[in-house]
Amino acid sequence: MDRGLEGRKVKMSDPRLSIIDERLKDVDDIIAVSSGKGGVGKSLIASAIALTLAEKKYKVGLLDLDFTSPSTHVILNAGETHPTEWKGIIPPEIHSLKYMSIIYFSGNRALPLRGLEASNALTELLAITRWGQLDYLIVDMPPGIGDATLDIIKLIKRVRFLLVVTPSRLAFETVKKLIELLLELNVPVVGVIENMKMGESTFIRERIREIDLKYLGEIPFDHALEEAIGDPNRFSKTVFAERIREILEMNDYLKGS
Amino acid sequence: MHEWALAEAVISTISRLAESEGLREIKEVKLKIGELQQIELEVFKFALTQLRDSSLLKNAKFNIEVVNAEIKCRNCGFEWSLEKEKIDKDAAEAIHFIPEVIHAFIRCPKCGSPDFEITGGRGVWIEDLKGVR
Ligand SMILES: Nc1ncnc2c1ncn2[C@@H]1O[C@H](COP(=O)(O)OP(=O)(O)OP(=O)(O)O)[C@@H](O)[C@H]1O
Ligand SMILES: [Mg+2]
Ligand SMILES: [Zn+2]
Repeated sequence: MDRGLEGRKVKMSDPRLSIIDERLKDVDDIIAVSSGKGGVGKSLIASAIALTLAEKKYKVGLLDLDFTSPSTHVILNAGETHPTEWKGIIPPEIHSLKYMSIIYFSGNRALPLRGLEASNALTELLAITRWGQLDYLIVDMPPGIGDATLDIIKLIKRVRFLLVVTPSRLAFETVKKLIELLLELNVPVVGVIENMKMGESTFIRERIREIDLKYLGEIPFDHALEEAIGDPNRFSKTVFAERIREILEMNDYLKGS
Repeated sequence: MHEWALAEAVISTISRLAESEGLREIKEVKLKIGELQQIELEVFKFALTQLRDSSLLKNAKFNIEVVNAEIKCRNCGFEWSLEKEKIDKDAAEAIHFIPEVIHAFIRCPKCGSPDFEITGGRGVWIEDLKGVR
């Protein structure tokens, strides 16, 4: 008997969706570095975590999902690197990690996207990128709890979130909303890093413990950091990077949950 | 999306669809491809034949239709269809992989706005499947 599926096709007919799992099947752990709040150090922390794990000989990928203001390519000094085309796209290797960003497609031009367009671009990027075998894929998320956050939760069922917050109560107000959303959606949270610490306040640490999340550690405000951006060797010698090393070591390299 | 990645995605989607619908053998697949994706049809068809799973798809006929790229400006309402020849090579290559990056390269020919909508010819979708239960 011949059977058509006309009319019942919509749900699964976007071929990109079924390939994303396939693309990530050999990636052991996927960690999205997120905050809700902008400018708290997500990109620097995501880059430092990826570089440190690579330094420890893990196989690491770094994916920049900030389409409005991609920045990890500047931190890593990705320069003239390019992905290779092979049955999709193979990310280039920079400082021992596999790297992917929208800049390989949009160059350094502004890329003004509305919600659905941003979602489409994100889906497409996940569908074409062949990461191969990785111990970790670190994802630098854009600020906010909109499209990219919802998309990554929808498209990568096993993603875990690492949250960045600054000592400011204003930052915490926003991060708290993201935490509530993640808990409601049963998305695992690796823990919270407090960045740009200046005083001795324990406000954030206490709030995080109150809600039963792991306080992974704190990073002081580092005056030498700005100078090291774009020079990964120098970057890896900053107090900032040193603190990331300690935090990873203290927290068993973010393994388990 | 790239031809091979695309073919792989299409085959994997068909397999899942076939499984959920209890189809043992697929006879015909109706596929639509947006022009914006700029798929090389020959490469794509070759990839499909290379990747197809032996029992499920061995006799399947692929009907592939390319849908024109239609764009509408959200700012002034102007509608146009993209002429491939007018896009430079690097932009075309980038758009081939991620169609949305068109917003980094193209402006509305009437008002210059980057705020336009792709109303047709984006993506790839399986329009219909015919098979045997
Ligand atoms: N510990 C620190 N000490 C000093 N400066 C820091 C520290 N952490 C981050 N910064 C500075 O804060 C700024 C923002 O950092 P970064 O771009 O990593 O934040 P972000 O959260 O990714 O921002 P966005 O939300 O725009 O993506 C940068 O200029 C960076 O140099
Ligand atoms: Mg950032
Ligand atoms: Zn216009």
